[in-house]
Amino acid sequence: MPTFDLKHSPLRELNRTLYALRPDTNETHWTVTGPDGRHAIAAGLDAPISVEIEGNVGYYCAGMNKHASVLINGNAGVGVAENMMSGFVHVRGDASQAAGATAHGGMLVIDGNAGARCGISMKGVDILVKGSIGHMSAFMAQAGTLTVLGNAGEALGDSLYEARLYVRGSVKSLGSDCIEKEMRDEHREQLFAKLQAGGLAGEIDPSEFKRYGSARRLYHFNVDNAGAY
Amino acid sequence: MCGIVGLFLKNPKLEPQLGALLSNMLGTMTDRGPDSAGFAIYGSDSAGVKLTLRGPSQGVLSEAVEKLEGLFDRTFEKVARDTHTVISVPEEREDQIRTWLKANAPDVDVVSSGRRMEIYKEVGLPASVAARFDLAGMTGSHGIGHTRMATESAVTTNGAHPFSTGTDECLVHNGSLSNHNDMRRRLEREGLSFATKNDTEVAAGYLSWRMREGASLKEALESSLSDLDGFFTFVVGTETGFAVVRDPIACKPAVMAETDDYVAFGSEYRALVGLPGIDKARVFEPEPAKVYAWERH
Repeated sequence: MPTFDLKHSPLRELNRTLYALRPDTNETHWTVTGPDGRHAIAAGLDAPISVEIEGNVGYYCAGMNKHASVLINGNAGVGVAENMMSGFVHVRGDASQAAGATAHGGMLVIDGNAGARCGISMKGVDILVKGSIGHMSAFMAQAGTLTVLGNAGEALGDSLYEARLYVRGSVKSLGSDCIEKEMRDEHREQLFAKLQAGGLAGEIDPSEFKRYGSARRLYHFNVDNAGAY
Repeated sequence: MCGIVGLFLKNPKLEPQLGALLSNMLGTMTDRGPDSAGFAIYGSDSAGVKLTLRGPSQGVLSEAVEKLEGLFDRTFEKVARDTHTVISVPEEREDQIRTWLKANAPDVDVVSSGRRMEIYKEVGLPASVAARFDLAGMTGSHGIGHTRMATESAVTTNGAHPFSTGTDECLVHNGSLSNHNDMRRRLEREGLSFATKNDTEVAAGYLSWRMREGASLKEALESSLSDLDGFFTFVVGTETGFAVVRDPIACKPAVMAETDDYVAFGSEYRALVGLPGIDKARVFEPEPAKVYAWERH
Protein backbone atom coordinates (compact mmCIF):
# COMPACT_ATOMS: atom_id res chain seq x y z
CA MET A 1 0.00 0.00 0.00
CA PRO A 2 2.25 2.82 -1.24
CA THR A 3 1.83 6.27 0.31
CA PHE A 4 2.76 9.43 -1.51
CA ASP A 5 3.24 12.69 0.39
CA LEU A 6 2.75 15.67 -1.90
CA LYS A 7 4.26 18.00 0.69
CA HIS A 8 7.61 16.35 -0.04
CA SER A 9 7.39 14.83 -3.50
CA PRO A 10 6.39 16.52 -6.73
CA LEU A 11 2.89 16.02 -8.12
CA ARG A 12 4.26 15.18 -11.57
CA GLU A 13 6.07 12.22 -10.07
CA LEU A 14 2.84 10.93 -8.50
CA ASN A 15 0.84 11.26 -11.69
CA ARG A 16 3.62 9.74 -13.80
CA THR A 17 3.92 6.80 -11.39
CA LEU A 18 0.17 6.14 -11.31
CA TYR A 19 -0.16 6.49 -15.06
CA ALA A 20 2.62 3.95 -15.64
CA LEU A 21 0.89 1.20 -13.60
CA ARG A 22 -0.08 -1.84 -15.66
CA PRO A 23 -3.63 -3.23 -15.47
CA ASP A 24 -2.36 -6.28 -13.56
CA THR A 25 -0.33 -4.30 -11.03
CA ASN A 26 -0.17 -5.62 -7.48
CA GLU A 27 0.07 -2.07 -6.10
CA THR A 28 -3.66 -1.52 -6.16
CA HIS A 29 -4.17 0.73 -3.15
CA TRP A 30 -2.51 4.14 -2.98
CA THR A 31 -2.73 6.84 -0.35
CA VAL A 32 -1.92 10.45 -1.17
CA THR A 33 -1.31 12.89 1.68
CA GLY A 34 -0.74 16.65 1.71
CA PRO A 35 -2.72 17.51 -1.42
CA ASP A 36 -3.01 21.18 -0.28
CA GLY A 37 -5.35 22.10 -3.10
CA ARG A 38 -2.94 21.16 -5.90
CA HIS A 39 -4.43 20.84 -9.38
CA ALA A 40 -4.84 17.68 -11.50
CA ILE A 41 -4.05 15.19 -8.73
CA ALA A 42 -4.55 11.61 -9.94
CA ALA A 43 -5.64 12.81 -13.36
CA GLY A 44 -5.44 10.46 -16.32
CA LEU A 45 -5.47 7.17 -14.39
CA ASP A 46 -5.84 4.07 -16.55
CA ALA A 47 -5.68 1.03 -14.24
CA PRO A 48 -8.08 -0.69 -11.80
CA ILE A 49 -6.45 0.77 -8.67
CA SER A 50 -7.84 2.76 -5.79
CA VAL A 51 -6.39 6.08 -4.70
CA GLU A 52 -7.32 7.75 -1.42
CA ILE A 53 -6.50 11.43 -1.09
CA GLU A 54 -6.34 12.86 2.43
CA GLY A 55 -7.36 16.51 2.21
CA ASN A 56 -8.70 19.18 -0.13
CA VAL A 57 -7.79 19.06 -3.81
CA GLY A 58 -7.66 21.74 -6.52
CA TYR A 59 -8.89 21.65 -10.09
CA TYR A 60 -9.50 18.58 -12.29
CA CYS A 61 -8.81 15.93 -9.67
CA ALA A 62 -9.32 12.46 -11.18
CA GLY A 63 -9.94 14.05 -14.56
CA MET A 64 -10.12 11.64 -17.53
CA ASN A 65 -10.29 8.76 -15.06
CA LYS A 66 -10.50 5.23 -16.50
CA HIS A 67 -10.99 2.09 -14.37
CA ALA A 68 -9.65 3.63 -11.15
CA SER A 69 -11.48 4.38 -7.94
CA VAL A 70 -10.55 7.73 -6.39
CA LEU A 71 -11.67 8.80 -2.91
CA ILE A 72 -11.19 12.42 -1.85
CA ASN A 73 -11.38 12.93 1.90
CA GLY A 74 -12.01 16.64 1.58
CA ASN A 75 -13.38 19.22 -0.85
CA ALA A 76 -12.70 19.22 -4.57
CA GLY A 77 -12.04 22.25 -6.79
CA VAL A 78 -13.36 22.97 -10.27
CA GLY A 79 -13.90 20.04 -12.66
CA VAL A 80 -13.52 17.00 -10.43
CA ALA A 81 -13.72 13.80 -12.56
CA GLU A 82 -14.14 15.88 -15.70
CA ASN A 83 -14.23 13.72 -18.81
CA MET A 84 -14.16 10.50 -16.74
CA MET A 85 -14.52 7.41 -18.95
CA SER A 86 -15.12 4.75 -16.29
CA GLY A 87 -14.37 4.01 -12.66
CA PHE A 88 -15.60 5.59 -9.45
CA VAL A 89 -14.85 8.99 -7.91
CA HIS A 90 -16.09 9.84 -4.44
CA VAL A 91 -15.82 13.33 -2.88
CA ARG A 92 -16.44 13.25 0.86
CA GLY A 93 -16.83 17.04 1.11
CA ASP A 94 -18.17 19.64 -1.34
CA ALA A 95 -17.28 19.97 -5.00
CA SER A 96 -16.82 23.27 -6.83
CA GLN A 97 -18.12 24.08 -10.30
CA ALA A 98 -18.34 21.76 -13.31
CA ALA A 99 -18.11 18.50 -11.36
CA GLY A 100 -18.23 15.54 -13.75
CA ALA A 101 -18.18 17.84 -16.79
CA THR A 102 -18.33 15.99 -20.15
CA ALA A 103 -17.79 12.63 -18.40
CA HIS A 104 -18.61 9.61 -20.56
CA GLY A 105 -18.96 6.88 -17.96
CA GLY A 106 -18.26 5.69 -14.43
CA MET A 107 -19.80 7.12 -11.31
CA LEU A 108 -19.19 10.35 -9.39
CA VAL A 109 -20.54 10.59 -5.82
CA ILE A 110 -20.41 13.87 -3.91
CA ASP A 111 -21.37 13.69 -0.23
CA GLY A 112 -21.73 17.46 0.16
CA ASN A 113 -22.92 20.13 -2.27
CA ALA A 114 -21.78 20.69 -5.83
CA GLY A 115 -21.38 24.19 -7.28
CA ALA A 116 -22.66 25.56 -10.57
CA ARG A 117 -22.67 23.59 -13.84
CA CYS A 118 -22.54 20.17 -12.23
CA GLY A 119 -22.61 17.56 -15.01
CA ILE A 120 -22.32 20.13 -17.77
CA SER A 121 -22.28 18.32 -21.15
CA MET A 122 -22.25 14.92 -19.41
CA LYS A 123 -22.11 12.06 -21.88
CA GLY A 124 -22.99 8.94 -19.91
CA VAL A 125 -21.64 9.34 -16.39
CA ASP A 126 -23.82 8.69 -13.35
CA ILE A 127 -23.55 11.54 -10.86
CA LEU A 128 -25.00 11.33 -7.35
CA VAL A 129 -24.97 14.47 -5.18
CA LYS A 130 -26.15 14.03 -1.59
CA GLY A 131 -26.43 17.78 -1.04
CA SER A 132 -27.59 20.43 -3.50
CA ILE A 133 -26.30 21.58 -6.89
CA GLY A 134 -25.76 25.08 -8.29
CA HIS A 135 -27.09 26.90 -11.33
CA MET A 136 -26.90 25.68 -14.95
CA SER A 137 -26.34 22.07 -13.92
CA ALA A 138 -26.61 19.40 -16.63
CA PHE A 139 -26.37 22.13 -19.28
CA MET A 140 -26.40 20.37 -22.69
CA ALA A 141 -26.23 17.01 -20.93
CA GLN A 142 -26.29 14.21 -23.48
CA ALA A 143 -26.54 10.93 -21.59
CA GLY A 144 -26.27 9.45 -18.11
CA THR A 145 -28.02 10.28 -14.86
CA LEU A 146 -27.76 13.13 -12.39
CA THR A 147 -29.34 12.34 -9.01
CA VAL A 148 -29.65 15.06 -6.40
CA LEU A 149 -30.89 14.48 -2.87
CA GLY A 150 -31.08 18.20 -2.13
CA ASN A 151 -32.12 21.11 -4.34
CA ALA A 152 -31.12 22.33 -7.79
CA GLY A 153 -30.26 25.94 -8.69
CA GLU A 154 -31.44 28.04 -11.62
CA ALA A 155 -31.78 26.77 -15.21
CA LEU A 156 -31.48 23.05 -14.52
CA GLY A 157 -30.94 21.00 -17.67
CA ASP A 158 -30.81 23.88 -20.12
CA SER A 159 -30.61 22.66 -23.76
CA LEU A 160 -30.56 19.09 -22.52
CA TYR A 161 -30.40 16.05 -24.82
CA GLU A 162 -31.05 12.60 -23.34
CA ALA A 163 -29.69 12.61 -19.79
CA ARG A 164 -32.09 11.84 -16.91
CA LEU A 165 -32.18 14.17 -13.96
CA TYR A 166 -33.65 12.99 -10.63
CA VAL A 167 -34.09 15.69 -7.97
CA ARG A 168 -35.60 15.08 -4.54
CA GLY A 169 -35.75 18.70 -3.37
CA SER A 170 -36.78 21.91 -5.06
CA VAL A 171 -35.67 23.14 -8.47
CA LYS A 172 -35.24 26.90 -8.63
CA SER A 173 -35.99 26.98 -12.35
CA LEU A 174 -35.79 24.73 -15.39
CA GLY A 175 -33.61 25.67 -18.34
CA SER A 176 -34.76 25.93 -21.91
CA ASP A 177 -36.32 22.68 -23.23
CA CYS A 178 -36.08 20.92 -19.85
CA ILE A 179 -39.38 19.64 -18.45
CA GLU A 180 -40.64 17.53 -15.59
CA LYS A 181 -41.52 14.03 -16.74
CA GLU A 182 -43.57 11.21 -15.38
CA MET A 183 -41.77 8.91 -12.92
CA ARG A 184 -42.61 5.38 -14.11
CA ASP A 185 -41.50 2.05 -12.66
CA GLU A 186 -38.52 1.83 -15.01
CA HIS A 187 -37.29 5.19 -13.70
CA ARG A 188 -37.76 4.20 -10.07
CA GLU A 189 -35.80 1.03 -10.81
CA GLN A 190 -33.02 2.97 -12.50
CA LEU A 191 -32.90 5.47 -9.64
CA PHE A 192 -32.81 2.67 -7.06
CA ALA A 193 -29.89 1.10 -8.92
CA LYS A 194 -27.98 4.40 -8.94
CA LEU A 195 -28.66 5.01 -5.25
CA GLN A 196 -27.48 1.49 -4.55
CA ALA A 197 -24.31 2.04 -6.57
CA GLY A 198 -23.73 5.17 -4.53
CA GLY A 199 -24.08 3.24 -1.26
CA LEU A 200 -27.57 4.45 -0.38
CA ALA A 201 -29.63 1.29 -0.97
CA GLY A 202 -32.65 1.22 1.30
CA GLU A 203 -31.86 4.62 2.86
CA ILE A 204 -33.63 6.80 0.33
CA ASP A 205 -37.09 6.31 -1.13
CA PRO A 206 -36.98 6.68 -4.95
CA SER A 207 -40.61 7.77 -5.00
CA GLU A 208 -39.64 11.06 -3.32
CA PHE A 209 -37.86 12.20 -6.49
CA LYS A 210 -39.09 14.03 -9.53
CA ARG A 211 -37.69 13.31 -12.95
CA TYR A 212 -36.64 15.95 -15.45
CA GLY A 213 -35.62 15.46 -19.04
CA SER A 214 -35.56 16.93 -22.50
CA ALA A 215 -38.74 18.07 -24.24
CA ARG A 216 -36.80 17.37 -27.47
CA ARG A 217 -37.98 20.57 -29.08
CA LEU A 218 -34.54 22.06 -29.62
CA TYR A 219 -32.43 19.40 -31.25
CA HIS A 220 -34.73 18.05 -33.91
CA PHE A 221 -34.68 19.97 -37.11
CA ASN A 222 -38.13 21.33 -37.80
CA VAL A 223 -38.86 21.26 -41.52
CA ASP A 224 -41.25 24.20 -41.16
CA ASN A 225 -38.20 26.34 -40.43
CA ALA A 226 -36.35 25.32 -43.61
CA GLY A 227 -37.16 28.66 -45.23
CA ALA A 228 -35.23 30.47 -42.55
CA TYR A 229 -31.87 29.08 -43.74
CA MET B 1 -7.00 35.57 -14.76
CA CYS B 2 -5.68 37.33 -11.59
CA GLY B 3 -5.56 36.05 -8.03
CA ILE B 4 -7.15 37.67 -5.02
CA VAL B 5 -6.75 36.98 -1.32
CA GLY B 6 -8.10 38.39 1.91
CA LEU B 7 -7.66 37.72 5.59
CA PHE B 8 -9.84 39.11 8.38
CA LEU B 9 -8.73 38.25 11.89
CA LYS B 10 -11.30 37.67 14.62
CA ASN B 11 -8.68 36.74 17.22
CA PRO B 12 -6.36 39.68 18.06
CA LYS B 13 -3.63 37.21 19.05
CA LEU B 14 -3.01 36.59 15.35
CA GLU B 15 -2.56 40.29 14.55
CA PRO B 16 1.27 40.21 14.77
CA GLN B 17 1.22 37.49 12.07
CA LEU B 18 -1.16 39.20 9.64
CA GLY B 19 1.51 40.36 7.21
CA ALA B 20 3.36 37.04 7.20
CA LEU B 21 0.16 35.08 6.55
CA LEU B 22 -1.02 37.44 3.81
CA SER B 23 2.42 37.44 2.23
CA ASN B 24 2.30 33.64 1.86
CA MET B 25 -1.19 33.79 0.41
CA LEU B 26 -0.11 36.40 -2.13
CA GLY B 27 3.00 34.43 -3.12
CA THR B 28 0.96 31.28 -3.74
CA MET B 29 -1.28 33.18 -6.16
CA THR B 30 1.67 34.09 -8.42
CA ASP B 31 0.50 31.49 -10.96
CA ARG B 32 -2.71 33.46 -11.40
CA GLY B 33 -1.05 36.86 -11.68
CA PRO B 34 2.69 37.19 -12.14
CA ASP B 35 2.99 40.72 -13.55
CA SER B 36 2.12 42.95 -10.60
CA ALA B 37 0.84 42.73 -7.07
CA GLY B 38 -0.61 44.90 -4.36
CA PHE B 39 -2.11 44.76 -0.92
CA ALA B 40 -3.93 46.81 1.68
CA ILE B 41 -3.23 46.41 5.38
CA TYR B 42 -5.37 47.70 8.22
CA GLY B 43 -2.72 48.36 10.85
CA SER B 44 -2.24 50.72 13.76
CA ASP B 45 -4.48 53.72 14.38
CA SER B 46 -3.25 57.12 13.39
CA ALA B 47 -4.13 60.30 15.31
CA GLY B 48 -4.86 61.99 12.00
CA VAL B 49 -4.97 60.35 8.63
CA LYS B 50 -2.34 58.15 7.02
CA LEU B 51 -1.54 58.98 3.41
CA THR B 52 0.26 56.32 1.40
CA LEU B 53 2.36 58.12 -1.20
CA ARG B 54 4.00 56.46 -4.14
CA GLY B 55 6.80 57.88 -6.26
CA PRO B 56 9.38 56.80 -8.84
CA SER B 57 12.02 56.58 -6.10
CA GLN B 58 12.50 57.13 -2.40
CA GLY B 59 14.56 60.23 -3.23
CA VAL B 60 11.66 61.90 -5.04
CA LEU B 61 9.31 60.96 -2.20
CA SER B 62 11.49 62.27 0.63
CA GLU B 63 12.08 65.51 -1.26
CA ALA B 64 8.33 66.03 -1.62
CA VAL B 65 7.69 65.16 2.04
CA GLU B 66 10.44 67.54 3.19
CA LYS B 67 8.92 70.36 1.18
CA LEU B 68 5.49 69.60 2.66
CA GLU B 69 6.98 69.66 6.16
CA GLY B 70 8.56 73.03 5.36
CA LEU B 71 5.28 74.34 4.04
CA PHE B 72 3.39 73.40 7.18
CA ASP B 73 6.36 74.07 9.44
CA ARG B 74 6.08 70.76 11.24
CA THR B 75 7.42 67.21 11.07
CA PHE B 76 5.14 64.39 9.94
CA GLU B 77 5.38 60.91 11.30
CA LYS B 78 6.55 58.85 8.32
CA VAL B 79 7.54 55.34 7.33
CA ALA B 80 9.41 54.78 4.07
CA ARG B 81 9.18 51.46 2.26
CA ASP B 82 10.81 51.18 -1.16
CA THR B 83 8.75 53.28 -3.60
CA HIS B 84 6.09 54.14 -1.00
CA THR B 85 6.04 56.40 2.05
CA VAL B 86 3.26 56.58 4.60
CA ILE B 87 2.88 59.97 6.30
CA SER B 88 0.50 60.77 9.15
CA VAL B 89 -1.05 64.18 8.76
CA PRO B 90 -3.85 66.13 10.47
CA GLU B 91 -7.15 65.22 8.84
CA GLU B 92 -7.99 68.82 7.98
CA ARG B 93 -4.74 69.11 5.97
CA GLU B 94 -5.44 66.20 3.61
CA ASP B 95 -7.08 68.22 0.82
CA GLN B 96 -4.40 70.87 0.97
CA ILE B 97 -1.65 68.27 0.77
CA ARG B 98 -3.29 66.54 -2.19
CA THR B 99 -3.60 69.85 -4.04
CA TRP B 100 0.00 70.79 -3.29
CA LEU B 101 1.30 67.41 -4.45
CA LYS B 102 -0.66 67.61 -7.68
CA ALA B 103 0.80 71.02 -8.46
CA ASN B 104 4.34 70.59 -7.17
CA ALA B 105 5.18 66.88 -7.22
CA PRO B 106 3.41 65.40 -10.27
CA ASP B 107 5.42 62.17 -9.97
CA VAL B 108 4.00 61.47 -6.53
CA ASP B 109 0.62 59.71 -6.29
CA VAL B 110 -1.58 59.45 -3.23
CA VAL B 111 -2.38 55.72 -3.27
CA SER B 112 -4.67 55.76 -0.27
CA SER B 113 -5.78 57.62 2.80
CA GLY B 114 -7.11 56.15 5.98
CA ARG B 115 -7.01 56.14 9.71
CA ARG B 116 -5.76 52.54 9.62
CA MET B 117 -5.36 51.50 5.99
CA GLU B 118 -2.13 51.52 3.98
CA ILE B 119 -1.90 50.36 0.35
CA TYR B 120 1.21 49.17 -1.48
CA LYS B 121 1.40 48.07 -5.10
CA GLU B 122 4.08 47.58 -7.69
CA VAL B 123 4.92 45.83 -10.92
CA GLY B 124 6.81 42.55 -10.48
CA LEU B 125 6.42 39.05 -9.12
CA PRO B 126 4.13 38.99 -6.06
CA ALA B 127 6.80 37.49 -3.80
CA SER B 128 9.29 40.22 -4.69
CA VAL B 129 6.68 42.97 -4.35
CA ALA B 130 5.80 41.62 -0.88
CA ALA B 131 9.51 41.48 0.03
CA ARG B 132 10.23 45.02 -1.19
CA PHE B 133 7.62 46.42 1.18
CA ASP B 134 8.35 43.89 3.94
CA LEU B 135 4.73 42.74 4.03
CA ALA B 136 5.76 39.78 6.19
CA GLY B 137 6.76 42.20 8.95
CA MET B 138 3.45 44.12 8.97
CA THR B 139 0.80 43.72 11.62
CA GLY B 140 -2.89 44.49 11.64
CA SER B 141 -6.44 43.23 11.90
CA HIS B 142 -7.22 42.55 8.24
CA GLY B 143 -5.82 42.87 4.77
CA ILE B 144 -6.55 42.11 1.13
CA GLY B 145 -4.25 41.44 -1.80
CA HIS B 146 -4.17 40.97 -5.54
CA THR B 147 -1.87 39.38 -8.09
CA ARG B 148 -2.44 40.68 -11.58
CA MET B 149 -2.35 39.12 -15.02
CA ALA B 150 -3.24 42.12 -17.14
CA THR B 151 -5.64 41.42 -19.99
CA GLU B 152 -7.42 44.73 -20.62
CA SER B 153 -4.76 47.38 -20.03
CA ALA B 154 -1.02 47.82 -19.71
CA VAL B 155 1.15 46.40 -16.96
CA THR B 156 1.61 49.51 -14.85
CA THR B 157 1.53 50.26 -11.17
CA ASN B 158 -1.56 52.39 -11.72
CA GLY B 159 -3.37 49.35 -13.08
CA ALA B 160 -2.48 47.22 -10.05
CA HIS B 161 -4.98 46.59 -7.28
CA PRO B 162 -6.16 47.31 -4.58
CA PHE B 163 -8.05 50.42 -5.60
CA SER B 164 -9.13 52.95 -3.01
CA THR B 165 -11.68 55.67 -3.60
CA GLY B 166 -12.57 56.54 -0.02
CA THR B 167 -11.00 56.84 3.40
CA ASP B 168 -10.08 53.37 4.70
CA GLU B 169 -11.95 51.77 1.77
CA CYS B 170 -10.37 49.42 -0.73
CA LEU B 171 -11.29 46.72 -3.19
CA VAL B 172 -9.64 43.94 -5.20
CA HIS B 173 -11.33 42.40 -8.22
CA ASN B 174 -11.03 39.30 -10.33
CA GLY B 175 -12.94 39.70 -13.56
CA SER B 176 -13.94 42.55 -15.83
CA LEU B 177 -16.82 45.01 -15.88
CA SER B 178 -18.68 45.92 -19.05
CA ASN B 179 -20.59 49.02 -17.94
CA HIS B 180 -17.73 50.85 -16.23
CA ASN B 181 -17.59 53.78 -18.64
CA ASP B 182 -21.24 54.62 -18.12
CA MET B 183 -20.97 54.07 -14.38
CA ARG B 184 -17.85 56.27 -14.19
CA ARG B 185 -19.76 59.14 -15.85
CA ARG B 186 -22.66 58.68 -13.43
CA LEU B 187 -20.34 58.66 -10.43
CA GLU B 188 -18.44 61.71 -11.69
CA ARG B 189 -21.76 63.55 -11.75
CA GLU B 190 -22.08 62.56 -8.08
CA GLY B 191 -18.80 64.29 -7.38
CA LEU B 192 -16.41 61.33 -7.39
CA SER B 193 -13.11 61.54 -9.23
CA PHE B 194 -11.09 58.74 -10.78
CA ALA B 195 -7.36 58.46 -11.29
CA THR B 196 -7.44 55.82 -14.04
CA LYS B 197 -9.60 54.38 -16.82
CA ASN B 198 -9.64 51.06 -14.96
CA ASP B 199 -12.93 49.18 -14.49
CA THR B 200 -12.04 48.08 -10.96
CA GLU B 201 -11.57 51.64 -9.80
CA VAL B 202 -15.17 52.26 -10.87
CA ALA B 203 -16.36 49.37 -8.72
CA ALA B 204 -14.48 50.83 -5.76
CA GLY B 205 -15.97 54.26 -6.52
CA TYR B 206 -19.45 52.81 -6.73
CA LEU B 207 -19.16 51.30 -3.24
CA SER B 208 -17.68 54.51 -1.83
CA TRP B 209 -20.60 56.45 -3.29
CA ARG B 210 -23.20 54.05 -1.90
CA MET B 211 -21.62 54.11 1.56
CA ARG B 212 -21.35 57.90 1.43
CA GLU B 213 -25.10 57.91 0.80
CA GLY B 214 -25.67 55.89 3.96
CA ALA B 215 -25.55 52.26 2.85
CA SER B 216 -23.68 49.71 4.91
CA LEU B 217 -20.90 47.77 3.20
CA LYS B 218 -23.27 44.82 2.86
CA GLU B 219 -26.04 46.96 1.37
CA ALA B 220 -23.61 48.64 -1.04
CA LEU B 221 -22.47 45.25 -2.33
CA GLU B 222 -26.04 44.00 -2.61
CA SER B 223 -26.97 46.92 -4.87
CA SER B 224 -23.76 46.44 -6.89
CA LEU B 225 -25.22 43.13 -8.06
CA SER B 226 -27.85 44.98 -10.08
CA ASP B 227 -25.85 48.12 -10.95
CA LEU B 228 -22.54 46.62 -12.07
CA ASP B 229 -22.51 44.46 -15.18
CA GLY B 230 -19.78 41.95 -15.93
CA PHE B 231 -17.72 39.28 -14.29
CA PHE B 232 -16.57 39.89 -10.79
CA THR B 233 -15.45 38.45 -7.56
CA PHE B 234 -14.82 41.35 -5.19
CA VAL B 235 -13.05 41.34 -1.85
CA VAL B 236 -13.57 44.60 -0.01
CA GLY B 237 -12.10 46.16 3.12
CA THR B 238 -13.26 49.06 5.28
CA GLU B 239 -11.86 50.31 8.57
CA THR B 240 -13.84 47.70 10.50
CA GLY B 241 -15.32 45.49 7.79
CA PHE B 242 -14.46 42.77 5.31
CA ALA B 243 -16.76 41.47 2.58
CA VAL B 244 -16.92 39.19 -0.45
CA VAL B 245 -19.35 39.02 -3.35
CA ARG B 246 -19.46 37.14 -6.68
CA ASP B 247 -21.55 37.99 -9.72
CA PRO B 248 -24.67 35.86 -10.33
CA ILE B 249 -22.96 33.71 -12.96
CA ALA B 250 -19.92 33.14 -10.73
CA CYS B 251 -17.39 32.91 -13.53
CA LYS B 252 -14.45 33.71 -11.30
CA PRO B 253 -13.26 31.23 -8.69
CA ALA B 254 -13.52 31.75 -4.95
CA VAL B 255 -12.87 29.69 -1.84
CA MET B 256 -13.36 30.76 1.75
CA ALA B 257 -12.30 29.33 5.09
CA GLU B 258 -13.66 30.31 8.48
CA THR B 259 -12.53 29.39 11.98
CA ASP B 260 -13.07 31.01 15.38
CA ASP B 261 -9.86 32.96 14.72
CA TYR B 262 -10.28 34.27 11.17
CA VAL B 263 -12.11 34.46 7.87
CA ALA B 264 -9.96 33.94 4.80
CA PHE B 265 -10.56 34.29 1.09
CA GLY B 266 -8.54 32.88 -1.81
CA SER B 267 -9.07 32.53 -5.55
CA GLU B 268 -7.99 28.95 -4.98
CA TYR B 269 -7.77 26.77 -1.91
CA ARG B 270 -4.00 26.59 -2.40
CA ALA B 271 -3.73 30.15 -1.13
CA LEU B 272 -5.21 29.15 2.22
CA VAL B 273 -3.18 26.06 3.09
CA GLY B 274 -0.60 27.93 5.18
CA LEU B 275 -3.18 29.37 7.59
CA PRO B 276 -3.17 28.11 11.18
CA GLY B 277 -5.79 25.43 11.84
CA ILE B 278 -6.87 25.24 8.19
CA ASP B 279 -7.40 21.48 8.54
CA LYS B 280 -10.24 22.16 10.97
CA ALA B 281 -11.63 25.24 9.20
CA ARG B 282 -15.00 25.32 7.52
CA VAL B 283 -13.97 25.54 3.87
CA PHE B 284 -16.69 26.59 1.44
CA GLU B 285 -17.31 28.16 -1.93
CA PRO B 286 -19.20 31.46 -1.63
CA GLU B 287 -22.49 31.26 -3.50
CA PRO B 288 -23.17 33.42 -6.55
CA ALA B 289 -24.89 36.79 -5.94
CA LYS B 290 -24.69 36.44 -2.16
CA VAL B 291 -22.92 39.02 -0.02
CA TYR B 292 -20.72 37.72 2.77
CA ALA B 293 -19.73 40.43 5.26
CA TRP B 294 -17.98 40.57 8.61
CA GLU B 295 -17.51 43.48 11.03
CA ARG B 296 -15.06 44.01 13.88
CA HIS B 297 -16.67 45.16 17.09
